[in-house]
Amino acid sequence: MAKKVLTRIPKEEREESAFRRRLRVARHTLLPVVLIVVTTLLVLGAALSLAGYDAGLAGAALWRGAFGSWDAITSATLVRATPLIILALGFALALRGGALNIGGEGQFYAGAIAAAAVAAHVASLPAPMAIGATWVAAFAAGVIWVSVPVLLKLRFGVLEAISTLLMNFVAEALVSWMVQGPLQEPTHIYPQSATLPASAVLPVLPGTRLHLGFGLALVLAGVLWFVFNKTRWGFQLRAASYEPRVVEIISRRNVGAMLAIALLVSGGISALAGATEVGGVSRALYQNLSPGYGFTAIAVALLARLRPGAIILSGVFFGALEAGSAAMQRDAGVPAVIVYVVEAVVIITLLLIEARGWRRREALAGA
Amino acid sequence: MLIAGFLAATVRVATPLLLAALGELLAERGGSINLGIEGSMLAGALAAAMGAAWYGTTAGMVFAVLAGAALAAVFALITVKWGADQIIAGTAITLGSIGLTGAVYRLAFGAGGAGLSIPTVAAIEVPVLSRLPFIGPALFAQPLATYVALALVPAMWWFLFRTRAGLELRATGEDRRAARAAGVNTVMHRTLSLIAGGMLAGLAGATLVLAQLGTFAEKMTAGRGFVAVALVVLGRWHPVGALLAALLFGAATALQYLFQAMALDVPYQLFIVLPYLLALIGLAGVLGRVKAPGELGKS
Repeated sequence: MAKKVLTRIPKEEREESAFRRRLRVARHTLLPVVLIVVTTLLVLGAALSLAGYDAGLAGAALWRGAFGSWDAITSATLVRATPLIILALGFALALRGGALNIGGEGQFYAGAIAAAAVAAHVASLPAPMAIGATWVAAFAAGVIWVSVPVLLKLRFGVLEAISTLLMNFVAEALVSWMVQGPLQEPTHIYPQSATLPASAVLPVLPGTRLHLGFGLALVLAGVLWFVFNKTRWGFQLRAASYEPRVVEIISRRNVGAMLAIALLVSGGISALAGATEVGGVSRALYQNLSPGYGFTAIAVALLARLRPGAIILSGVFFGALEAGSAAMQRDAGVPAVIVYVVEAVVIITLLLIEARGWRRREALAGA
Repeated sequence: MLIAGFLAATVRVATPLLLAALGELLAERGGSINLGIEGSMLAGALAAAMGAAWYGTTAGMVFAVLAGAALAAVFALITVKWGADQIIAGTAITLGSIGLTGAVYRLAFGAGGAGLSIPTVAAIEVPVLSRLPFIGPALFAQPLATYVALALVPAMWWFLFRTRAGLELRATGEDRRAARAAGVNTVMHRTLSLIAGGMLAGLAGATLVLAQLGTFAEKMTAGRGFVAVALVVLGRWHPVGALLAALLFGAATALQYLFQAMALDVPYQLFIVLPYLLALIGLAGVLGRVKAPGELGKS
C-alpha cells in the first residue's frame, strides 16, 4: 500500500488536462447557480402549495407562458429578456471595475427619451440609418446622464451608488415632463410622445414580436466578452476592483480614469435598452415604460457572475420568469409579483456565496 | 386659507418621509446604507392595513413596526453578520418586499382587493393652537404620527450627540476598527440601529395607510423609501437637517397641487426633481462641507 503511494504522483501535482480544468471550473461556478435556481423554484412551489394554490397547475402555466410555444419563446420571453440583458451588461461592466451603477433605470429612460426625440427628426432617412441614429443618440444620452455621478465621484468622492440612484428619480420626472411637454404627441391629449416613424421602428422576426434589439443585446454581450477576456484593459479593470494601487503601479494606468470610462460606457449601454424598448416594443415614449428593469437587471448580472455569455442565459431565465408569471396569474391565480421574491432570494443567496468566498480569500492572504 | 391648506399639505406629505428618513439616518450613522428601507416601508404599509382591518388601528401600527423591523433584521443579518454588499442586499430586500406584500395582499384581501376599507386614525386637534392662522392646521391638527415624528427630531439629536450610546454609534459609523479597538460593540450598534431604523420605516408605511390613504395598493410606497435616503443626504446626516429636507420635499409636493389648482403654466415636475437635485448638490458639498459617515456602504 505504501509503495503504491510513493510511485504515484500526488493528485494535486499532476498536470490537469484542459478538459478536466474546464470541468472543475464549471463545477465551481455553474453548479451553485443551478442549485440556487432549482432550490428557489422548489421552495416557491412548496410555499404556493402551503398557501393553498395548485403548485402543479402554476408550474405548468409558468412553463407554458415562457417556453410553451414558439410564440411564447420569441414574443414573450425573449422580448422581455432583451432590456434585461442589455441593462445587466451595463451593470456588469461597471461592477467589474468595482463601481455600483444602481442608475440603470434612469439611464434606460435617458436612452428612451433620446431615441424618441431623435426618431421624430429622421423619418425621411432609410431604416438602417434612422435606427442607427436613435441608438447613437441613446448611447450619448446615457453617457451624459451618468457623467453627473461620475463627476461627483471623481471630483468630490460621492458614492456612485447613491448618486446614480438619485438620478433615477430625476429621469422619471424628466420623462413625465417630456410626454406632457416638448415631446407630447401632436394632439396634446395623451401623456405620450408621437408614435415613432416607420423608419425608426426596429424590424421584427417575421410572425413574432421579437425585434432587432435582441440582436443588439447578443452583439453587446460578444463585445463585452472580448473586452473582459481578451484585452489588457478588461483584465486591469477587474484587477483594479481588488487592488487599485497595485494596478496603478504595474500598469501605469490611472485607475480613476479607467473606472470613469467603465461607468460612462456602462451608462451608454444601459441607455441602449431604453432605445430598443421604445423602437421595438412601445414605439412611443410613455411614463412607466420600465416595470423596474433596471433593478431586475442587477439580479440578472449577479446570477451570471458578471460574465457576458452567462448574462444572456440568466437574462432569458428572468425574461421567462416574467413572461411565465403573467400566464401563471391568468391560469392559476398566483400573483405575478411573486417573481420579485424569486429575484430577491437569488440575489441574496449569491451575495452570501460571494461574501463567503471573499472572506476565504482574505483569510488565505493572512489578513 | 390657501396658505393654511398648503402648509397643512406640506406637513402631511412630510410626515412619513420624516419618519423613514430618521430611521435611515440612524442606520447610516452606524455605517449602514439600507436601501431595503423602501421594502420595510412597504411591508409596514401592508401590515398596518391588515392589522387595522382585523384588530383596529393600534394593532395596525404595532404590526407595521414589527414588519419594518423584521425586514431590517434580515438586512442586518446578511450585511452585518455575513458581510454581504449593502447596496445590493438592500435592493434585493426591497424587491422581495414588493413580491411578498403583493402576494400576501392578494391572499388576505382577494384578487382585486376591492371593498377594502381600513379604519383610519383621526387628526388630534390641539385646542386653541389649531385655530392659529396659517400654521394652526399644519402643526396642531395632525394625526398622532406627525407629533411623534416631530418629537423624534430632538429626541434623536439628544441620543446621537448627548449620550454615550449615540457617541459609540457614531464612532462605529465613522471608523469601525477604531471603535472596536476602543471597546465598542460595533456589531450590536450596527444591528440595533438598523432594526430601530426599520421600525421607523414600518411606522412611516403605517402613516401612509392609516393617516392618509386609508387603503393599500401594490407598490404603494412608490420610491418614498429611496426618497428618505436622499433626504438623509440632503439633511447632512443630522436630525434637524432631515426635518428641513422632509419639509422641503413636502412643500415641493404641496406646491404642485397648489400650482395645478391655480392653473399656472409651470411644469410641476420641476418641483418633483428639486429635492433630488438639492441632494446631489448637497452631496457635492456645495452647500458647505459635508461628509458621509466614514464606513457608509462598507460591510
